[in-house]
Amino acid sequence: MTMQRHQYDVVIVGAGGAGLMAALYATKKGAKTAVLSKLYPTRSHTGAAQGGIGAALGNLEEDHPEWHTFDTVKGSDYLGDQDAIEFMCYQAPAIVYELEHMGLPFSRTPDGRIAQRPFGGHTNNRTGKPVRRACYAADRTGHMILQTLYQQSIKHNVTFFNEFQVLDLILVNGKVAGVVAIDIATGTIHVFHTKAVVFATGGWGRLWEITSNAYTLTGDGAAILFRRGLPLEDMEFYQFHPTGIYKLGILITEGVRGEGGVLINDKGERFMERYAPTVKDLASRDVVSRAIYIEIKEGRGINGQRYVYLDVRPETVNKYAAIDGRTRPDGSPYVVTAEELLQKLPDIIDFSRTYLGIDPMAEPIPVQPTAHYAMGGIPTNIKAEVLADEKGTVVPGLYAAGETACVSVHGANRLGTNSLLDIVVFGKQAGIHAAEYALGTDFEPLPKDAADFAISQLETLRNSKGSERIADIANEMKRVMMDHVGVFRTEEGLTEALNTIRELKERYKHIHLDDRGKIFNTELLSAWELGNLLDLAEVTTVSALARTESRGAHWREDYPKRDDKNWLKHTLAWKRENGEIELRYKPVVITKYPPKERVY
Amino acid sequence: MQVTLKIFRYNPEKDSAPHYETYTLEAEPTDRVLDLLEKVKSYHDGTLAFRRSCAHGVCGSDAMRINGVNRLACKVLVKDLGTTNITIEPLLGLKVVKDLIVDMEPFFENYRKVLPYFINDEPPPPDGRERLQTPEERERFDDTTKCILCGVCTTSCPTFWADGQYFGPAAIVNAHRFIFDSRDRGAQQRLEILAQDSGVFRCRTAFSCTEACPREIQITKAIAEVKRAILTGRLD
Repeated sequence: MTMQRHQYDVVIVGAGGAGLMAALYATKKGAKTAVLSKLYPTRSHTGAAQGGIGAALGNLEEDHPEWHTFDTVKGSDYLGDQDAIEFMCYQAPAIVYELEHMGLPFSRTPDGRIAQRPFGGHTNNRTGKPVRRACYAADRTGHMILQTLYQQSIKHNVTFFNEFQVLDLILVNGKVAGVVAIDIATGTIHVFHTKAVVFATGGWGRLWEITSNAYTLTGDGAAILFRRGLPLEDMEFYQFHPTGIYKLGILITEGVRGEGGVLINDKGERFMERYAPTVKDLASRDVVSRAIYIEIKEGRGINGQRYVYLDVRPETVNKYAAIDGRTRPDGSPYVVTAEELLQKLPDIIDFSRTYLGIDPMAEPIPVQPTAHYAMGGIPTNIKAEVLADEKGTVVPGLYAAGETACVSVHGANRLGTNSLLDIVVFGKQAGIHAAEYALGTDFEPLPKDAADFAISQLETLRNSKGSERIADIANEMKRVMMDHVGVFRTEEGLTEALNTIRELKERYKHIHLDDRGKIFNTELLSAWELGNLLDLAEVTTVSALARTESRGAHWREDYPKRDDKNWLKHTLAWKRENGEIELRYKPVVITKYPPKERVY
Repeated sequence: MQVTLKIFRYNPEKDSAPHYETYTLEAEPTDRVLDLLEKVKSYHDGTLAFRRSCAHGVCGSDAMRINGVNRLACKVLVKDLGTTNITIEPLLGLKVVKDLIVDMEPFFENYRKVLPYFINDEPPPPDGRERLQTPEERERFDDTTKCILCGVCTTSCPTFWADGQYFGPAAIVNAHRFIFDSRDRGAQQRLEILAQDSGVFRCRTAFSCTEACPREIQITKAIAEVKRAILTGRLD
């Protein structure tokens, strides 16, 4: 097999917000840096984020990083590490200004400042009412972050290897030595000899049937490290966003509710009043998703079906704004027009028209919870260094940032707008620290057989003699994850899921691929990605089965209470040589906010 | 319902020339064309190659020709086509690498030529906060910030097909996004680049780009505004 070699100080895997931010900083620090992405950078899923990036700028009303910190701790159901959360929330205003200085076209307030809107779980800590903290560019904030960072990468001559799928990480004496990748266009294997690697490969929403995530979100980075003997943290905590388009899962931003949209059941009730009397439709995502599931289960889904309505018609918005006593920053009553909503939420309106054939200004949008975001992932510290164990031992040269990492700033449930914040704050940290590390150390010798494992993985798949279609295995996995490892979980369901996943892993050994070629063999890569998903499905389910409490997004019907005495701790899961998964735990960092009951 | 897909196929490892293959499958009227391609790949022929990622029209991966018109496969529903015979081909004007996948590098090369990034070397406000911009100033270039670089416009432009030297509409859209941003200071540099032979004056206002844009950007209008800025030296 033809092979090419390269040498870089720093290799960044993934070109979404975290990867590009890391690339900019590593390049600026003077490290010879390469970005490897399985997509063209602008195709990354950061571009699908809509509603905003959280930062206590206080442009429209009083706000403080301290409030943002507390809201995030509370949102995490006290599982987030408070030192990391404080770091992120205090970095937030400066990093949002930094994005603005890079040219990011935020929407503006009448006095020319960055516009901000309310979002779930973000509150004025004195009154408990929603606060305008989400800095936004219409309803395409992620798109503008991705475009801006890519533009800056061009300006600063960042080196890209586009459509390169990273397959493996090479560790020598416990230190980073390189990565192995395939050039998708030619099928050629490339070995990158490097001193530091940043994994910024995003999430794994494709584990579930209904998801807001792109086809390409298959948890590659997390799965590669897991196979290499490194642990994954808090994998049982996976967020279902309350408002995905019915059946399709396409995200409808929480910003719709920030602008005054409300959730309505079949009886025409604004049911969130019953679940979160103070902030109602702007409660945390875990709370809202559970409420929707309960409404559906109790027969109040629309026409008895598995969805509810998200109603953002101006008359509905104005009716409930009046009931809530909602006001504009100048104290006048909050009254919106269709024109204003169109300007603030153009993409949402476009999605509704394209995929549902409805105009949300005239009709409510059918929605259901959609698999959206991994709170867990590769354990890291606030320098984005990857941790090898529960004692915090750092893997020299290895970094991770963004959704694939678990710092942990989101704990058991992430607040909306905090993922865009996470990717820029910790992407920056990863770039800085990876470059500093790389510039102060020598290359580890790269073993001759560095690419062997990756090549054997691909060749095994390519030449597999079975008859199983990968789509059948993937569909079965997605179904069982949706049914049993979703919003509500039980021991019985999780056990069934685990058995099914293990059967599917057996069936996966007997697949058949039609494409045996080299050039753009996307079937081969889909098969490889499915292997990653199956590994992550297993570790997610094992972690969820062990945690006999309900916290944040992990809700056990058979253990419906949070149990701080036994479970105020992070899960770490390892894949051992014999294929077994071993679980260990580490304490949560608590600095200022002792755990309290969580009500919205 | 039953649909018939006629798909352009070309595998350089096997085929001396491109050909079409036909697949008949069951579909829902609300299926996206991308869903049909996934179905073909999953159950009929795993060798079919196409790009896709977000599947809802924001990443720009799956631009292709559907019944002769450049579209994103994830933004076209079967019922919107008005026929059950669906012909799917790669974008025109770029080299086909395999099946529906074209080499996008020339497209991105044109994009990079227009300095598609924020230029302003003046120090930001001393308080470290944002540069101010009124909602009206922000609105001035709002439309062109929507571009997702899918290539649909550039590859539906007859001038681009005829002449590989033309930057194409997408590059001009991205130049427009900065030229009319009140905070940016690189307008003159970009206008000089766009005044060259390969620049805006090659546009023959065929409107093909505007009609094709999946983000509904008023591309021809943006190009006209850039032309006017070059001719008048003014950015109003």
